Amino acid sequence: MTLLDFARGAAMKWSIAVFLFGVLWRLVGVLLLRRAHDYSQSRGPSLVAGALQTIITRSWPRKEFRASTAYGVAISYVFHIGLAIVVFGFVPHILLIRSLIGIGWDGLPSGVIYFCSVVTLIALVMAIIRRLTHPVLRLLSNFDDYFSWLVTAAPVLSGLLVVAHFGARYETLLAVHILSVEVLLIWFPFGKLMHSLLLPLARGQTGAFYARRGAST
Amino acid sequence: MSHDESIGESLRKQGISRRAFMKFCAATASLLALPPGMAKVMAETLERARRPSVIYLSYQECTGCGESLTRSFSPTLENLIFNMMSLDYYETLQAAAGTAAEAARKTAMKENWGKYLLVVDGAIPLGIDGAYCTIAGESAADILTEAAKGAAAVVSVGTCAAFGGIPHANPNPTGAVAVSAVVKDKPVVNVSGCPPVPEVITGVLAHYLTFGSLPELDHLGRPTVFFGNTIHDRCYRRPYYDEGKFAKTFDDEGARNGWCLYELGCKGPVTYNACPTVKWNQGTSYPIESGHGCLGCSEPDFWDKGSFYSALSTRNWSGGTVLGAAAAAGVAIGVGAAVVSRRRRAQREKEKQS
Repeated sequence: MTLLDFARGAAMKWSIAVFLFGVLWRLVGVLLLRRAHDYSQSRGPSLVAGALQTIITRSWPRKEFRASTAYGVAISYVFHIGLAIVVFGFVPHILLIRSLIGIGWDGLPSGVIYFCSVVTLIALVMAIIRRLTHPVLRLLSNFDDYFSWLVTAAPVLSGLLVVAHFGARYETLLAVHILSVEVLLIWFPFGKLMHSLLLPLARGQTGAFYARRGAST
Repeated sequence: MSHDESIGESLRKQGISRRAFMKFCAATASLLALPPGMAKVMAETLERARRPSVIYLSYQECTGCGESLTRSFSPTLENLIFNMMSLDYYETLQAAAGTAAEAARKTAMKENWGKYLLVVDGAIPLGIDGAYCTIAGESAADILTEAAKGAAAVVSVGTCAAFGGIPHANPNPTGAVAVSAVVKDKPVVNVSGCPPVPEVITGVLAHYLTFGSLPELDHLGRPTVFFGNTIHDRCYRRPYYDEGKFAKTFDDEGARNGWCLYELGCKGPVTYNACPTVKWNQGTSYPIESGHGCLGCSEPDFWDKGSFYSALSTRNWSGGTVLGAAAAAGVAIGVGAAVVSRRRRAQREKEKQS
């Protein structure tokens, strides 16, 4: 069995199994937590609307903090959007998703993906430099932050190496790329990467809470 | 034709002009990606070289490799076997049969011990003491072992000989192995493919005849001059891959426009071979040019790597039960965690009230 066979076979199956196990564990565990009964009368028109509004409004910095957070927010947006384009726009990725869940869509030209990958990687490097050089951020950061960054950046970098055929034979680079994604899948539910699923829930909960009290979010 | 006769003498006897000989050398040097000046060196070397004995053994194979070899156009097989080498044993092409054929092999081995080139196609079955493939009462493994002892070098022609190929595919009932699993003490060059590109077979033989050595090999023992690039990198449809234009079926607009066959299962990105450059049938085309994706036939275990029609990036495993069990376990533990949390909270509230 070659490294690529292992990456496409057993490693992929078990990493997805760990991903599913961990994600469902954490989501079900959070969603089934007991919520305190609120006997007050709702003062907002709609809790759902309040939840959605908060998810959107808090995705953008408030005017008061814009100057101090603009840089961090900008690079975050760049690499999040870049990652989304690369993951969901590249045809080989779409084919994998289709083979897993049966749903597919048209992809983007490979040149667009390569460009987005480079921009994403640059933004990720800027993000880690900021984390390492910002005194407060550095104080707040722990292993989870750095490892989550590493498992996010590694697939982007290895994907670019695959495209460039740089550093090793194509099939070895491809295997390393797939394995790097599998490490991400395994780490995803247990580290801060889980924010991509928990963040909308947390913000929505907060939004619904404030909406019930008629507070602005 | 005597083995002691030089190739030059042999060619002159047959009335082949120097001009024709130089053209042959230039074509072969070009095929081997040698610098232009090497054509002259090749001509001078071949002119003086003695015609080496070649013994060609066939085992678990379909004769596709032999069929391919006979279709080489530059150099042609006829050119090689009549002018460049002495093909002393090859069951498919020789007139002799039975005892006479085996005697020819043994005589050639004895007379050229330590100097002959051994060419093998087909895998070697090791199951039940090699009884799955026997010739004149001897097992393939025994004949190969004996023949390899006196060979200067061994050329494994075809994926079966190079990597075990289809006989080696799961469940491999005959215990088929590659030539290199049997021959351990001689240089073995793997000319893989199912079948190999004919000019790659003859090109390797021509290289050996010219330089008296085997060409530079990759980590799988294949000549890098022919197996140095992937099909994908040399494919004329590659620009469509980069543009994101893919054929979705074999008869859609994309297929008719010659778009990339990646989505239809083409294994070109991980397959190393000379198909896109040397091509087949006198440079007419190669499988992708004919509208079908690459099967990856020059790579080890190509038969066991999942469907030929599944895209390379898709999964090659089935594991619904494993994933279902993982999901169920995740939900169960999540529910358990929530229940424990609720109980603790209820307990705390109770303690607060009391």
